[in-house]
Amino acid sequence: MMQSRELTSSLRNLPKCTNRRNQHTVWSLSKPCATSKERVIVMSQQVVFKKNKWLPYILLAPQIVITIVFFFWPAITSLRLALYRTTPFGDRTFFVGSQNFQRLFASPQYQRSLITTLMFSASVTLLGVAISLCIALLLNQAVRGRTVYRTAILWPYGVALPISGILWMFMMHPTFGIVPYFFEGIIDFNFDWILNGNAAMLLVILTAIWTNLGYNVAFFLAGLQAIPKSLQEAALVDGATSLKAIRYITLPLLSPTTFFLLVMNVVYSLFDTFGLIDAVTKGGPGNATEILIYKAYKDGIISLNLGSSAAQSVILMVLATLLTVFQFGFIERKVSY
Amino acid sequence: MVITGCIFTILKEGNLSGGMDYRLPITVTHSHKLDLYCLHKIIRGRVVLVYQDFRIRGGISVRFSSKNLVALVVLTVILAGASVANAKTQIDFWFSLGGQLGETVQQLVTDFNNSQDEFEVVAFFRGAYAESMTAAIAAYRAGNAPHILQVYEVGTQTMLLSGAIYPVYQLMEEQGIEIDWDDFVSAVYAYYTHKGDLYSLPFNSSSPIFFYNRDIFEAAGLDPDRPPQTWQEVEEYSRQIIESGAARYGFTTGWPAWVQLETMHAWHGLPFASQGNGFDGLDVELLINGEFGMKHMSALARWQEEGIFHYGGRGDSANWIFMNEDAAMMPHSSALIGSMKQSGLNWDAAMLPHWGEPYPMTNTIIGGATLWVLKGHSEEEYRGVAEFLNFVAQPEQQAWWHKQTGYVPITNSAAAILEAEGHFEKEPYQRIAIDQLNYSDPTPDTKGLRLGNFVEIRNVVEEEMENIFAGNKSVEDGLNDAVKRANQLLEEFAEMYQ
Repeated sequence: MMQSRELTSSLRNLPKCTNRRNQHTVWSLSKPCATSKERVIVMSQQVVFKKNKWLPYILLAPQIVITIVFFFWPAITSLRLALYRTTPFGDRTFFVGSQNFQRLFASPQYQRSLITTLMFSASVTLLGVAISLCIALLLNQAVRGRTVYRTAILWPYGVALPISGILWMFMMHPTFGIVPYFFEGIIDFNFDWILNGNAAMLLVILTAIWTNLGYNVAFFLAGLQAIPKSLQEAALVDGATSLKAIRYITLPLLSPTTFFLLVMNVVYSLFDTFGLIDAVTKGGPGNATEILIYKAYKDGIISLNLGSSAAQSVILMVLATLLTVFQFGFIERKVSY
Repeated sequence: MVITGCIFTILKEGNLSGGMDYRLPITVTHSHKLDLYCLHKIIRGRVVLVYQDFRIRGGISVRFSSKNLVALVVLTVILAGASVANAKTQIDFWFSLGGQLGETVQQLVTDFNNSQDEFEVVAFFRGAYAESMTAAIAAYRAGNAPHILQVYEVGTQTMLLSGAIYPVYQLMEEQGIEIDWDDFVSAVYAYYTHKGDLYSLPFNSSSPIFFYNRDIFEAAGLDPDRPPQTWQEVEEYSRQIIESGAARYGFTTGWPAWVQLETMHAWHGLPFASQGNGFDGLDVELLINGEFGMKHMSALARWQEEGIFHYGGRGDSANWIFMNEDAAMMPHSSALIGSMKQSGLNWDAAMLPHWGEPYPMTNTIIGGATLWVLKGHSEEEYRGVAEFLNFVAQPEQQAWWHKQTGYVPITNSAAAILEAEGHFEKEPYQRIAIDQLNYSDPTPDTKGLRLGNFVEIRNVVEEEMENIFAGNKSVEDGLNDAVKRANQLLEEFAEMYQ
């Protein structure tokens, strides 16, 4: 066991194999590198069901049933609904083909919502991950009271998103909020999120980042602790500055965690922030914070325009799939496992 | 966020006649308040336990512990035993009034249940109007609709054309209950009639009135007994209030679209939309970018810039500006009277300001909700529904309801009872909404609004109002965009019902 762990860790520290197509074939010995095959051999003990061929299927059945009932079925239903226009009570249904989609893409509101979502998601993901990384690096140092800080940084994650939205609403309140009070005279910014779209956007972005900070930091800390100290020390001995050590040692070795968190944060900002928008801005002022998921809810549940809402869900579904494929396909190449 | 799910558990079989449902609101977890409604239904002689509507408020995750589930099963068994003994016909009533108003609804229902022993009305709070309507639609499509559903005024056209309703006038006729429709307050009655008949029973109707803060008026050297009667006076008063330092802003507003555009058009005898505000046909267009709309919105936009007016958000969100004494005046729903009484402010109310000549002063329109009866239930159950609606419409109930909530009484005889009691002398502000609604006989332009996709239209109008107040758009562009977007929605609605 001990041996295998050491082997795994030494394999992890080897550079990534560049030839991905031939991962599973035998390799030239000139360059030591880890292939996924080697890792599989080291890390997993494969279980073979010899006697009962049906047992694995039975064991998998509950998960498959849940996936079909709660994921595939609704997905297919919304795909079907997206092709129809229907009255709220469903007494009249017309097949309209792609008309729901055409109307959406022709609508300036939807185009605006796309841009709003892009801005919101990019800000939440990039800023959130960057800030968390800095905090995690600081918390990974030997400072007095480190455990206290570490615990404290996890707290925001325990607050439900709509609740933290309300907390930030008060903190950024134009008349009695502490944030405008602090920045008064320093920067010229209208903090009235009831009327100023930029302030409302700032409010929801800050809240979304703040709430997810603990989650990100926890993963980064775990990732940082898995990096052997010896590598960093070696770099320092070789004369690297600590910034360089972070840039060339820590960050590359941390990239699997960063990659995972980027994916999770995009998903979080696209879908989980619904409750925040609903509790704080309801998409306003104007349409300033109307992200796609909120628009789909508003059009479907409040305005009862089911066809359009279903079409929006389908677009969201496609978007999420594309993003995941993109992230795994492109970003992963730069990730060294 | 709403997660809806149904788990059916058949508990025991046997020959049971009649039916009785039980409702158990149970808070399952401590922090995320999860109300689990658990219903017992007797379906074809079987006691069936239905867990319905897992509704989370303010939380994002659901956790079930085994302990809670065990408790549920135990309760289930006890109630299953009890249900055999009871044989009242149950009427489901879904409503959307929260807080103190919700308690008043429950009280009304309890009073009805105690008044007779044939029927039992069970009132469920199903969240805000939009959520409750969506839930009812889902239930209707699944063949499981409630008997009575409270729907907001903006949902009227959708309900009327849904094909899912049992018109109230017809229900009353077929159940042989005589109701004097002429006794209804005409502004309320007119808003909800279709081809001369009442399709849903007005339940909570309010109208915008003009609240103001007496203390601030005095501090600014204004006479608190002489509130502004025109918008010109509102501007004048606001200037005096701001200059004297009595308050930060002159006024704010509740329900921006309903108060400032829908009501203001009616109050000045002008149409909000073509085709008699939508009553006469489906090919409707909004008319708010006309001369009056431009004038009123331009004034508001200018005042917003000067601090005379301060926009405080949609719905009720501007309340704090008034409650915090940041603004001295606020036109808002008369249903706010209840909260005002508890606010500790030295407040008063008056009729809404008017622009004066050349516009006539007509009547305001209502907001609020009505009770709709849904199709798909037995004759016996509809008898209970009719009895309940008749009970609600009685003058005594209406007078009591008005005193508890600030909603206007829907019949003239209820108003007469209140008058006789001396209620209006004691609380003169309670009269204002009624007086405004009755100020003139409703004309085709002022009897109400009947628009398809109205929920969305009101949102669109408010979005564009926000764009105007924030200075992102000129008044002209904002109103034109609002009309353009709303017309598109009206067209889409008409397409579907042609």
